[in-house]
Amino acid sequence: MKQFLVFVRKEFYHVFRDKRTLLILFGLPIMQILLFGFALTSEIKNAKIVVVDYSKDASTQKIITKIAASSYFTIEHNILSYDDMDKAFKQGKIKCAIVFPSSFNEDLKHTNKASIQIIADASDPNTARTLTNYLISIISNYQAEINANVQVPYQIQPELRMLYNPELNGSMNFIPGVIALVLMIICTTLTSVSIVKEKELGTMEILLVSPFKPLYVILSKVIPFLALSFIDLIVILLLSNYVLGVPIRGNIFLLLMESTLFIITCLSLGLLISTVTNSQQTAMLISMMGMMLPTILFTGFLFPLENMPLPLQIISNVVPSRWYYYVVKAVMLKGLGLQAVWKQTLILLGMCFFLLTVSFRNFKIRLA
Amino acid sequence: MSAIKIEHITKTYDKGNVTALNDISLEVAKGELFGLIGPDGAGKSSLFRILTTLLIADKGTATVDGFDVVKDYKQIRGCVGYMPGKFSLYQDLTVEENLTFFASLFGTSISENYDLIKDIYVQIEPFKTRRAGKLSGGMKQKLALCCALIHKPTVLFLDEPTTGVDAVSRKEFWEMLKRLKEQQITIMVSTPYMDEANLCERIALIQNGELLSVDTPEKIVASYPQQLYAVKADNMHKILNDVRFYENLQSVYAFGEYLHTTFKNDEAQIESKLTAYLQQKNNSGIEIKKIEPTIEDSFIRLMTEASLIKQH
Repeated sequence: MKQFLVFVRKEFYHVFRDKRTLLILFGLPIMQILLFGFALTSEIKNAKIVVVDYSKDASTQKIITKIAASSYFTIEHNILSYDDMDKAFKQGKIKCAIVFPSSFNEDLKHTNKASIQIIADASDPNTARTLTNYLISIISNYQAEINANVQVPYQIQPELRMLYNPELNGSMNFIPGVIALVLMIICTTLTSVSIVKEKELGTMEILLVSPFKPLYVILSKVIPFLALSFIDLIVILLLSNYVLGVPIRGNIFLLLMESTLFIITCLSLGLLISTVTNSQQTAMLISMMGMMLPTILFTGFLFPLENMPLPLQIISNVVPSRWYYYVVKAVMLKGLGLQAVWKQTLILLGMCFFLLTVSFRNFKIRLA
Repeated sequence: MSAIKIEHITKTYDKGNVTALNDISLEVAKGELFGLIGPDGAGKSSLFRILTTLLIADKGTATVDGFDVVKDYKQIRGCVGYMPGKFSLYQDLTVEENLTFFASLFGTSISENYDLIKDIYVQIEPFKTRRAGKLSGGMKQKLALCCALIHKPTVLFLDEPTTGVDAVSRKEFWEMLKRLKEQQITIMVSTPYMDEANLCERIALIQNGELLSVDTPEKIVASYPQQLYAVKADNMHKILNDVRFYENLQSVYAFGEYLHTTFKNDEAQIESKLTAYLQQKNNSGIEIKKIEPTIEDSFIRLMTEASLIKQH
């Protein structure tokens, strides 16, 4: 037992004395979380818009102020002519334009009906649709305000409710995915590299020619990374809760247990990689490149799995992060309990057991 | 009972295409300082790895301390010390941390076997907080030796411990081995340096996976069958070319500042005859003398013979 503890301590020395490992261990998750949380959201913020206002009166001013006040738009500048607007679109400077006809206020006051033209750059249809929806909702909001004093019969107000994420916070969807991705990459890469390193440097030769059991060599490699990945997980959860404002609705204990299971699964995968490779580069390449792509593609947080062709959907079943992603979403965002995720938990348990068995069996007690 | 017993060991790589060891048999007695001498690629490391249970031989059997290297690998791993050819300690751990780690790996502690490593460890103790990767070559070897010795092994395997180490450290290293021998530890050491052969009690010369000779250095030297001559002239390059065409010549090779030569017919006046021949070829400053062969001469002869037999 004492041998084991000394071995584990040695592993911690390795980690804390290697800047590269530390960077991967703590730099990568923080960077990924912030990157996905802030930069790579599907939300539209500060879209550039121009206003062509031929009317220039109190009501158009009010609408423009409302648009400017929303965080979705930045009013680029007021352009007076149609031609200028056309130019700005062609140069790609603006995403959207709003045109008030000269008779806007008069029409509104006298005929109770006025029109506004909204023009959007639909070369990116999703963005165009989102922007026009935002504008329409701002305008109807104004409409409701002016109608407040007037009695209008039969007003139908569609009421939207965004489940689980009423503020339409884009980070929400990403966080579980990023947690899965980060843990997957870190756990597999670091474990596989750290074992292969012993082979490459020749220290494995001495370790093997000692009474220390090969099984313990593996275990003592895994335990430090289990601990460090767990710290990583806590860091990610704190960041997403306090910086990105993603709440943890479910049982935190359940979430941590499920994450530990997932971490062990990834560590076993790293072990497996280390038993089939002999150089740190290969191990790094397999675990980073080889794991990154399937994780991003088949976890479902960037591309919905339901939209994929059947063969790809079947492949996605063997990616552990896919199941973990489901669990995190269910527990963290929807606040569900074990009864909702027991199936996924069992699948992860099975994968973990399988990978551990295979890598223990594959671990060579001799060279070559 | 001998400490190491090797019987007809054959090892091939690449699905039998490369033969690393070919039908090797030898025995090392308890407490012996045994040297395995041979050039790079001779198969020394393969033999060490078979004996330390890291590789399995294709054919043949071997025992270390009475334990079979395949069946009883666990017992062997507990009782031998092994220092691989490549420096294989943790470069990012300090001297002391490395030693502590290896001590506890073998279930012992530095203080328990301090007597055994004391002589060596005192030399590196001033640097005990330095990372192993920052030590000089000689220091690294001393540390590696300490780590291999810390559990008081019965048999010590040192694979090229002095390669890449300066001459002074090499000398010190061999002195340490001699002291270890006094502790009744069997030592098997390999080296590509022939001058180190004399420091072993018995040596085996290995080339291309085959043993050429196994004996004490004295006996190997004594078995040199012919008179050896050292030849020198002002222009060494020219004289080497001329001697090569001398009709009575058997072998010639450059050795330090001399050429070492042997002749087919060891006649009485060979020195004067050769001098006459060389003078006729316009060599100046000619010096010819009879010399006693060194261990290196014996090896060169054995190696040439072995490769001649292979060719035919």
